[in-house]
Amino acid sequence: MTVVHSSVLPIRTQEDIVRVRQAAREAGVAQGFSLVDQTKLVTAASELARNTLDYGGGGEVEIARLSEPARRGVRLVFTDKGPGIADIEQALKDGFTSGGGLGLGLSGAKRLSNEFSIASKVGEGTQVMIARWR
Amino acid sequence: MPLPWLSSGPRRNCLSNRAPDGFAMEKIPILKMGRFLLVTVQVDMHDQLALQLQDDLTARIVASKARGVLIDISSLEVVDSFIGRMISNIAAMAKVLDAETVVVGIQPAVAITLVELGLSLEGVRTALNVDRGMALLQDRLAEELR
Repeated sequence: MTVVHSSVLPIRTQEDIVRVRQAAREAGVAQGFSLVDQTKLVTAASELARNTLDYGGGGEVEIARLSEPARRGVRLVFTDKGPGIADIEQALKDGFTSGGGLGLGLSGAKRLSNEFSIASKVGEGTQVMIARWR
Repeated sequence: MPLPWLSSGPRRNCLSNRAPDGFAMEKIPILKMGRFLLVTVQVDMHDQLALQLQDDLTARIVASKARGVLIDISSLEVVDSFIGRMISNIAAMAKVLDAETVVVGIQPAVAITLVELGLSLEGVRTALNVDRGMALLQDRLAEELR
Protein backbone atom coordinates (compact mmCIF):
# COMPACT_ATOMS: atom_id res chain seq x y z
CA MET A 1 0.00 0.00 0.00
CA THR A 2 1.36 3.40 -0.99
CA VAL A 3 0.22 6.75 0.32
CA VAL A 4 0.08 8.94 -2.77
CA HIS A 5 -1.07 12.10 -1.04
CA SER A 6 -1.68 13.11 2.52
CA SER A 7 -2.83 16.23 4.31
CA VAL A 8 -3.79 17.21 7.84
CA LEU A 9 -6.73 19.47 8.72
CA PRO A 10 -7.51 20.93 12.12
CA ILE A 11 -10.94 20.32 13.69
CA ARG A 12 -11.57 23.23 16.05
CA THR A 13 -14.84 24.78 14.86
CA GLN A 14 -18.09 23.81 13.16
CA GLU A 15 -16.76 25.36 9.95
CA ASP A 16 -13.84 22.93 10.15
CA ILE A 17 -16.37 20.07 9.92
CA VAL A 18 -17.57 21.56 6.62
CA ARG A 19 -13.93 21.78 5.46
CA VAL A 20 -13.32 18.14 6.40
CA ARG A 21 -16.37 17.16 4.33
CA GLN A 22 -15.03 19.14 1.36
CA ALA A 23 -11.54 17.64 1.70
CA ALA A 24 -12.96 14.10 1.97
CA ARG A 25 -15.04 14.76 -1.16
CA GLU A 26 -11.93 15.98 -3.03
CA ALA A 27 -10.00 12.89 -2.00
CA GLY A 28 -12.83 10.61 -3.11
CA VAL A 29 -13.09 12.36 -6.47
CA ALA A 30 -9.30 12.21 -6.96
CA GLN A 31 -9.39 8.47 -6.32
CA GLY A 32 -12.15 7.93 -8.84
CA PHE A 33 -14.89 7.00 -6.34
CA SER A 34 -18.46 6.65 -7.59
CA LEU A 35 -20.94 9.26 -6.34
CA VAL A 36 -22.40 6.79 -3.83
CA ASP A 37 -18.93 5.91 -2.49
CA GLN A 38 -18.04 9.60 -2.28
CA THR A 39 -21.23 10.31 -0.36
CA LYS A 40 -20.61 7.47 2.09
CA LEU A 41 -17.04 8.63 2.69
CA VAL A 42 -18.04 12.26 3.16
CA THR A 43 -20.92 11.36 5.50
CA ALA A 44 -18.67 9.14 7.63
CA ALA A 45 -16.08 11.94 7.70
CA SER A 46 -18.74 14.40 8.85
CA GLU A 47 -19.89 12.13 11.70
CA LEU A 48 -16.34 11.52 12.94
CA ALA A 49 -15.27 15.16 12.61
CA ARG A 50 -18.25 16.15 14.75
CA ASN A 51 -17.32 13.53 17.35
CA THR A 52 -13.76 14.90 17.41
CA LEU A 53 -15.10 18.40 18.01
CA ASP A 54 -18.00 17.66 20.38
CA TYR A 55 -16.61 14.81 22.46
CA GLY A 56 -12.85 15.12 21.93
CA GLY A 57 -12.76 18.88 22.41
CA GLY A 58 -11.22 19.32 18.95
CA GLY A 59 -8.30 17.68 17.21
CA GLU A 60 -7.26 16.92 13.67
CA VAL A 61 -7.78 14.60 10.74
CA GLU A 62 -5.21 13.14 8.40
CA ILE A 63 -6.60 12.47 4.94
CA ALA A 64 -4.54 10.04 2.90
CA ARG A 65 -5.04 8.81 -0.65
CA LEU A 66 -3.97 5.19 -0.89
CA SER A 67 -2.86 3.16 -3.84
CA GLU A 68 -2.49 -0.58 -4.21
CA PRO A 69 -1.90 -2.57 -7.39
CA ALA A 70 -5.56 -3.56 -7.65
CA ARG A 71 -7.41 -0.78 -5.89
CA ARG A 72 -7.39 2.81 -4.72
CA GLY A 73 -8.74 4.20 -1.50
CA VAL A 74 -9.00 7.00 1.01
CA ARG A 75 -8.02 6.72 4.65
CA LEU A 76 -9.08 9.18 7.35
CA VAL A 77 -7.50 9.23 10.80
CA PHE A 78 -9.20 11.42 13.42
CA THR A 79 -7.17 12.22 16.52
CA ASP A 80 -8.14 14.13 19.62
CA LYS A 81 -6.64 14.61 23.06
CA GLY A 82 -10.01 14.60 24.77
CA PRO A 83 -11.34 12.60 27.72
CA GLY A 84 -11.21 9.30 25.85
CA ILE A 85 -13.88 6.59 25.72
CA ALA A 86 -14.14 4.27 28.71
CA ASP A 87 -16.36 1.65 27.09
CA ILE A 88 -15.70 1.44 23.35
CA GLU A 89 -18.11 -1.46 22.85
CA GLN A 90 -20.93 0.61 24.28
CA ALA A 91 -19.91 3.68 22.26
CA LEU A 92 -20.18 1.61 19.07
CA LYS A 93 -23.77 0.62 19.72
CA ASP A 94 -26.50 2.30 17.70
CA GLY A 95 -28.33 4.83 19.76
CA PHE A 96 -25.72 5.20 22.46
CA THR A 97 -24.83 8.81 23.12
CA SER A 98 -23.18 10.68 25.92
CA GLY A 99 -24.18 13.96 24.30
CA GLY A 100 -27.42 15.09 22.75
CA GLY A 101 -27.01 13.30 19.44
CA LEU A 102 -28.75 10.34 17.88
CA GLY A 103 -25.90 8.00 18.75
CA LEU A 104 -25.27 7.12 15.13
CA GLY A 105 -21.88 8.81 14.72
CA LEU A 106 -19.44 6.00 15.44
CA SER A 107 -21.65 3.07 14.47
CA GLY A 108 -22.85 4.86 11.33
CA ALA A 109 -19.32 5.82 10.26
CA LYS A 110 -18.27 2.19 10.77
CA ARG A 111 -21.09 0.92 8.56
CA LEU A 112 -20.24 3.46 5.85
CA SER A 113 -16.59 2.37 5.70
CA ASN A 114 -14.72 -0.70 4.49
CA GLU A 115 -12.20 -0.53 7.31
CA PHE A 116 -12.65 0.85 10.79
CA SER A 117 -10.54 0.89 13.91
CA ILE A 118 -10.63 2.83 17.13
CA ALA A 119 -8.15 3.28 19.95
CA SER A 120 -8.89 5.29 23.04
CA LYS A 121 -7.38 5.85 26.43
CA VAL A 122 -9.28 7.54 29.23
CA GLY A 123 -7.70 10.90 29.99
CA GLU A 124 -5.48 10.82 26.92
CA GLY A 125 -7.62 10.87 23.82
CA THR A 126 -9.13 8.93 20.96
CA GLN A 127 -8.04 7.94 17.50
CA VAL A 128 -10.48 6.65 14.90
CA MET A 129 -9.40 5.33 11.51
CA ILE A 130 -11.66 4.61 8.56
CA ALA A 131 -10.81 3.61 5.03
CA ARG A 132 -12.91 3.21 1.94
CA TRP A 133 -11.80 1.51 -1.28
CA ARG A 134 -13.14 1.66 -4.78
CA MET B 1 -8.64 31.74 23.54
CA PRO B 2 -5.80 34.24 23.14
CA LEU B 3 -3.82 34.85 26.25
CA PRO B 4 -4.43 38.45 27.36
CA TRP B 5 -0.74 39.30 27.69
CA LEU B 6 -0.11 38.09 24.15
CA SER B 7 -2.93 39.90 22.43
CA SER B 8 -2.09 43.16 20.81
CA GLY B 9 -4.11 45.80 19.07
CA PRO B 10 -7.85 46.24 19.49
CA ARG B 11 -9.71 43.53 21.34
CA ARG B 12 -11.31 40.97 19.06
CA ASN B 13 -15.04 40.76 19.43
CA CYS B 14 -15.95 37.08 19.54
CA LEU B 15 -19.60 37.86 18.94
CA SER B 16 -19.13 39.62 15.64
CA ASN B 17 -21.58 38.51 13.00
CA ARG B 18 -18.91 36.92 10.87
CA ALA B 19 -17.46 33.57 11.71
CA PRO B 20 -13.67 33.31 11.55
CA ASP B 21 -11.92 32.54 8.27
CA GLY B 22 -14.39 34.38 6.10
CA PHE B 23 -17.38 32.12 6.67
CA ALA B 24 -20.27 34.53 6.54
CA MET B 25 -23.04 33.76 9.00
CA GLU B 26 -25.46 33.30 6.16
CA LYS B 27 -29.13 32.55 6.66
CA ILE B 28 -31.26 30.15 4.72
CA PRO B 29 -34.15 32.05 3.13
CA ILE B 30 -37.71 30.99 3.88
CA LEU B 31 -40.26 31.89 1.22
CA LYS B 32 -43.99 32.11 1.75
CA MET B 33 -46.21 30.67 -0.98
CA GLY B 34 -49.87 30.93 -0.15
CA ARG B 35 -50.41 28.91 3.01
CA PHE B 36 -47.08 27.13 2.73
CA LEU B 37 -43.47 27.91 3.52
CA LEU B 38 -40.77 26.98 1.06
CA VAL B 39 -37.15 26.38 2.00
CA THR B 40 -34.40 25.49 -0.44
CA VAL B 41 -31.17 24.47 1.21
CA GLN B 42 -28.41 25.32 -1.21
CA VAL B 43 -25.32 25.43 0.95
CA ASP B 44 -23.32 22.83 2.79
CA MET B 45 -24.71 23.75 6.21
CA HIS B 46 -22.54 23.90 9.27
CA ASP B 47 -24.30 22.84 12.45
CA GLN B 48 -25.15 26.31 13.72
CA LEU B 49 -26.78 27.20 10.41
CA ALA B 50 -28.95 24.07 10.61
CA LEU B 51 -30.05 24.98 14.13
CA GLN B 52 -30.75 28.54 13.01
CA LEU B 53 -33.01 27.22 10.26
CA GLN B 54 -34.90 25.13 12.81
CA ASP B 55 -35.53 28.22 14.96
CA ASP B 56 -36.37 30.48 12.02
CA LEU B 57 -38.82 28.01 10.53
CA THR B 58 -40.79 27.43 13.71
CA ALA B 59 -41.01 31.19 14.25
CA ARG B 60 -42.19 31.70 10.66
CA ILE B 61 -44.81 28.95 10.94
CA VAL B 62 -46.37 30.75 13.88
CA ALA B 63 -46.01 34.26 12.41
CA SER B 64 -47.45 33.32 9.01
CA LYS B 65 -49.95 30.72 10.23
CA ALA B 66 -48.54 28.41 7.57
CA ARG B 67 -50.17 25.00 7.18
CA GLY B 68 -47.34 23.31 5.37
CA VAL B 69 -43.56 23.40 5.04
CA LEU B 70 -41.72 22.21 1.97
CA ILE B 71 -37.98 21.66 2.34
CA ASP B 72 -36.06 21.15 -0.88
CA ILE B 73 -32.72 19.45 -0.24
CA SER B 74 -31.92 18.55 -3.85
CA SER B 75 -28.71 20.59 -3.63
CA LEU B 76 -27.52 18.82 -0.51
CA GLU B 77 -24.77 16.33 -1.32
CA VAL B 78 -24.48 15.13 2.27
CA VAL B 79 -27.07 14.50 4.95
CA ASP B 80 -25.38 13.31 8.10
CA SER B 81 -27.03 12.42 11.40
CA PHE B 82 -26.98 16.04 12.55
CA ILE B 83 -28.80 17.37 9.49
CA GLY B 84 -31.09 14.34 9.62
CA ARG B 85 -31.99 15.11 13.20
CA MET B 86 -32.61 18.73 12.29
CA ILE B 87 -35.03 17.65 9.55
CA SER B 88 -36.87 15.29 11.92
CA ASN B 89 -37.03 18.03 14.55
CA ILE B 90 -38.47 20.53 12.10
CA ALA B 91 -41.16 18.03 11.06
CA ALA B 92 -42.04 17.27 14.69
CA MET B 93 -42.14 20.94 15.70
CA ALA B 94 -44.19 21.87 12.64
CA LYS B 95 -46.66 19.12 13.47
CA VAL B 96 -47.15 20.51 16.97
CA LEU B 97 -47.77 23.88 15.32
CA ASP B 98 -50.39 22.32 13.03
CA ALA B 99 -48.29 22.33 9.87
CA GLU B 100 -47.30 19.42 7.64
CA THR B 101 -43.67 19.01 6.50
CA VAL B 102 -42.57 17.48 3.22
CA VAL B 103 -38.91 16.99 2.32
CA VAL B 104 -38.26 16.81 -1.40
CA GLY B 105 -35.37 16.15 -3.75
CA ILE B 106 -33.25 13.73 -1.75
CA GLN B 107 -30.45 12.62 -4.08
CA PRO B 108 -30.20 8.86 -4.70
CA ALA B 109 -26.66 8.67 -3.27
CA VAL B 110 -27.86 10.53 -0.18
CA ALA B 111 -30.83 8.16 0.22
CA ILE B 112 -28.54 5.11 0.05
CA THR B 113 -26.15 6.64 2.57
CA LEU B 114 -28.96 7.68 4.94
CA VAL B 115 -30.25 4.13 5.16
CA GLU B 116 -26.79 2.67 5.71
CA LEU B 117 -26.08 5.29 8.34
CA GLY B 118 -29.20 4.12 10.16
CA LEU B 119 -31.28 7.27 9.75
CA SER B 120 -34.92 6.68 8.94
CA LEU B 121 -36.17 10.29 9.05
CA GLU B 122 -39.12 9.09 11.09
CA GLY B 123 -42.25 11.17 10.91
CA VAL B 124 -40.97 13.02 7.84
CA ARG B 125 -42.98 12.86 4.63
CA THR B 126 -40.92 12.87 1.47
CA ALA B 127 -41.65 13.47 -2.21
CA LEU B 128 -39.47 13.17 -5.28
CA ASN B 129 -39.59 16.81 -6.31
CA VAL B 130 -41.08 20.20 -5.50
CA ASP B 131 -44.15 19.66 -7.72
CA ARG B 132 -45.12 16.43 -6.03
CA GLY B 133 -44.34 17.84 -2.60
CA MET B 134 -46.57 20.84 -3.25
CA ALA B 135 -49.36 18.57 -4.51
CA LEU B 136 -49.06 16.50 -1.35
CA LEU B 137 -49.41 19.57 0.88
CA GLN B 138 -52.35 20.86 -1.14
CA ASP B 139 -54.13 17.49 -0.98
CA ARG B 140 -53.73 17.45 2.77
CA LEU B 141 -55.21 20.89 3.12
CA ALA B 142 -58.08 20.13 0.72
CA GLU B 143 -58.89 16.95 2.65
CA GLU B 144 -59.19 18.93 5.85
CA LEU B 145 -61.49 21.53 4.31
CA ARG B 146 -63.82 18.90 2.90
